[in-house]
Amino acid sequence: MAVRSLEASGAEALPRRGLREILAGKKARRYIDHGLSHLVLLITGFLFFLPFYWLVSTSVKPNDELFLLPPKWIPSRLVWENFPRAWNYIPFALYFKNTLYICAFNVVATIISCTLTAYGFSRIRWPGRDFLFMVLIATMMVPYQVTLVPTFLIFKWIGWVGSFKPLTWPAFTGTPFFIFLLRQFYMTIPLELSESAKIDGASELRIFLQIMVPLTRPAMATVALFTFLWNWNDFLGPLIYLSRQEQFTISLGLRGFLTRFGAQWELLMAGTTITVLPIVVLFFLTQRTFIQGITLTGIKG
Amino acid sequence: MLHLSRRTRIDLRNGLLFISPWLVGLIVFTIYPIFASIYFSFTDYTVLRPPRWVGLQNYIALFTEDVLFPKSLGNTLYYAAFALPLGMIGSVGLALLLNKKLLGMSVYRTVFYLPNILPTVAMSVLWIWLFNPNYGLFNSILQQLGLPGVPWLTSPKWSKPSLIIMSLWGIGGSMVIYLAGLQDIPEHLYEAAELDGANSWQKTWHVTLPMLTPTIFFNLVMGLIGVFSYFTQAFIMTNGGPVDSTLFYMLYLYRNAFVYFKMGYASAMAWILFIIVVSLTALVFKSSGRWVYYGGALT
Repeated sequence: MAVRSLEASGAEALPRRGLREILAGKKARRYIDHGLSHLVLLITGFLFFLPFYWLVSTSVKPNDELFLLPPKWIPSRLVWENFPRAWNYIPFALYFKNTLYICAFNVVATIISCTLTAYGFSRIRWPGRDFLFMVLIATMMVPYQVTLVPTFLIFKWIGWVGSFKPLTWPAFTGTPFFIFLLRQFYMTIPLELSESAKIDGASELRIFLQIMVPLTRPAMATVALFTFLWNWNDFLGPLIYLSRQEQFTISLGLRGFLTRFGAQWELLMAGTTITVLPIVVLFFLTQRTFIQGITLTGIKG
Repeated sequence: MLHLSRRTRIDLRNGLLFISPWLVGLIVFTIYPIFASIYFSFTDYTVLRPPRWVGLQNYIALFTEDVLFPKSLGNTLYYAAFALPLGMIGSVGLALLLNKKLLGMSVYRTVFYLPNILPTVAMSVLWIWLFNPNYGLFNSILQQLGLPGVPWLTSPKWSKPSLIIMSLWGIGGSMVIYLAGLQDIPEHLYEAAELDGANSWQKTWHVTLPMLTPTIFFNLVMGLIGVFSYFTQAFIMTNGGPVDSTLFYMLYLYRNAFVYFKMGYASAMAWILFIIVVSLTALVFKSSGRWVYYGGALT
């Protein structure tokens, strides 16, 4: 409809000019267009990059160059010692270990629960399946604020508050969003594959493990990656459930660092760089899975 | 008992077994909490003593006595009114530029996308430093340009705009989604428009944007839900201050639940939030008939 409305405006202009002129004009306009686009992208890209530069440059600055006006854009010498100092200022190693434990637990548990559930929702036909799947979709619409307080109280009653358990064990009940995603993948695999395996006497569990799991590795990688990322970045969960220092995750630890040593920016930025680095490395190692994951699911980091 | 064939019975058993992890979660972590939350919202519940039924008291108090509740709602709506449209314009604009397949596109994409996956706490700590009124990046630049500094997070007037500016650093996530949407637009539409003599501006306005509206719609709905969950940045950077200018809805809910242990009050807040989000989403859905173009079904 939008295309058709243009017919009138552009059509009569064509025959008056020669073909070569039109092409030359088109090429020139293309150059201008690309040039302008590059300009805008360069400026915006520079603005987006600046905070990263400020982060890393502050973390290697000598302390006396932090508070200068105009600022020292390039530190006169690189103080790499800021990193080990920050690392030892707060028990970073312990925080890393705690965070990794939570992340690894969640990745494994989420993969197990979501693939099993997705299989039950896509590869077996049983009465009530489609109704329950609608329920699953509906639960995605419930904002987490609504369930936050009662969920906390459940964990309080069973005495799990103050341990890692509220942050890990629920992963065994799956994430509706990933179940949905995996189900979409399972639907694309021809049913005949399972049927012939069934005729050969294979059980559902065997079909799941030997056919579905190997065929849907990329989807599982996406689920694993985003589960890891969410748990690595999560703050509210650890904030609510963890209270003792030795259980802190990196996010909680970094916040503690901020509240206790607020003015030591070179150490804070070194600590922040340490926190950010694993995610940046992970991103560059798995860039394709990352971008595919967002494209597939519409989820942001 | 229903009369099911042997095959169906086996399938039913297997199906339920396979989905049992989620089924347990549904009951324990969704259905029970929803009903418990409705019940708590009508009680006075401080965890130490059993919940005491107070009827509509919590809801009445929120709307008539509590000055911080309307404040937190207003702050959140202020934030949403600027962060959502600005973020949308920015991310659609960047996606349109990146879609031209220029040289170095993957570098640009990485730079724009990367902030979006950083841990929120790390990002907040970094931005406190960037916003530092004396030695932060922004005021240093302003000073070098001969402009007066801005008090950023330390002034009630600037605190929300500061957080909105910061939110724009994270538009790379929606940008990538738009980019995917752009790549789904069939080439023949552009060819047809070119045959009709459309220039690139007309192509963007009459082909690209209408075809992108379903993606814009999706991002808008997700964004609406997102702004009401806005918490970590405000908690870390300003903790609601100065003078409650960054006390956002979720931050106030968190305080009621986990600082004052007013579980009933917090539950009432959660349900009001739910109703607001559902109504806003319904409004967007209702308006979508006018501006969302579902021609994409052709492809």
